[in-house]
Amino acid sequence: MPVIEAEGVGHRYGERTVLTDLDVRIAEQRVGIVGANGSGKSTFARMLNGLVLPTRGRIRVDGLDTRRAGREVRRKVGFCFTDPDAQIVMPTVAEDVAFGLRRRGLSKAQTADRVAAALATYGLADHADHPAHLLSGGQKQLLALASVLVTEPAVLVMDEPTTLLDLRNARMIADVVERLPQQVLLVTHHLDLLDGFDRVLVFDEGRIVCDDTPSAAVAYYRELMSATPAFRGEPS
Amino acid sequence: MNPLGLYVPGSSPVHRLPAGVKLVAMVLAGAGSILLTRPWEVLAALVAVLLLYALAGLSPAVAGGQLRPLLWIGLVTFGFHLVVNGWQRGVVVVGVLAALVLLAALVTLTTRTTDLVDAVVAACRPLRVLRVDPERVGLLIALGIRCVPVVVGLAEQVREAQVARGLAASPRAFAVPLLVRSLRHADALGEALMARGLED
Repeated sequence: MPVIEAEGVGHRYGERTVLTDLDVRIAEQRVGIVGANGSGKSTFARMLNGLVLPTRGRIRVDGLDTRRAGREVRRKVGFCFTDPDAQIVMPTVAEDVAFGLRRRGLSKAQTADRVAAALATYGLADHADHPAHLLSGGQKQLLALASVLVTEPAVLVMDEPTTLLDLRNARMIADVVERLPQQVLLVTHHLDLLDGFDRVLVFDEGRIVCDDTPSAAVAYYRELMSATPAFRGEPS
Repeated sequence: MNPLGLYVPGSSPVHRLPAGVKLVAMVLAGAGSILLTRPWEVLAALVAVLLLYALAGLSPAVAGGQLRPLLWIGLVTFGFHLVVNGWQRGVVVVGVLAALVLLAALVTLTTRTTDLVDAVVAACRPLRVLRVDPERVGLLIALGIRCVPVVVGLAEQVREAQVARGLAASPRAFAVPLLVRSLRHADALGEALMARGLED
């Protein structure tokens, strides 16, 4: 299993500090990340494949520093965004899956075989030539997932992949993720998706405030959220 | 109906034609269109393009859908020439415009984007000596085609938000959020391209 290490990681966007002194080593197959909006969890997720570089400290994936070996890290770590529309870059379903295989030195036949296999695996074979923008929300997220996984990354980082989906589609994505052989780091607000995970990190104000089993971490997170006033104004 | 010119699967002779041949034919037709000066010549060109649609197995409704975005520009252009140069010139200018738009749409309707990209990348390869990255030019073409439905979708969302808030039709209230959302989408797309291994 790949090993992800964060050492003294901090990050600032201008004057705003979003992550502070993060030290964590991740080697489990299923790791959940939860936290309130703005707690720093998405920034941390983006750091894991070098989309965001820490302003302090370093992140290493299997010994590869995201700052010095970003390209190699991104080959190893796939990333799935919240909004699949932002991730789909080609007009049709099959073309989008094939896009990630460009520049990989594969022949047209090899690319076609891998695309066909990925579409079949994720139930999109009947939509191969369909315009991607006409798929349902769940199908778009499946396509985004297929497009990342066709490149066979060792790690999959997912940033709230079910936030825009209804319960049925969220469950469908969770079922697919459950069967993946990859190491998966899932950032989510859907706490029930973390059942069966090996470990859950709770983020609050740029720090990891709890690092435990899913049941203990989720209980801690619920307690943390209930202790925070959600609304300070008065309804009119 | 496919008003956005996106690929329609098929096995017609037009579909089977190599992407490079279609692109070269389109460029030649564009250059040759300056030779069309009489209304009957333009009408003949339009009929020829529509015959190509029929050969590709595309219905007249699909062809009509490609011209819809051109409606207002066409009417204004025709009105201008009607006043300044006479109706014959108006028919020639608007007719040529319609024929070329239909022809360009026929290329995207009958060609997979990856084939278009491959053809463009191959055509741009000699430009490497000028430090042009052919893959990047191909990607630009692909993203351009992909972004058409995205921007149409964003415009629809902005319009719905305006209606929901009871705002009267205002070009500024429409254009500003559309621009902001489009730029945000461009940012997200850039991040996604990087995440998917396309550096720089």
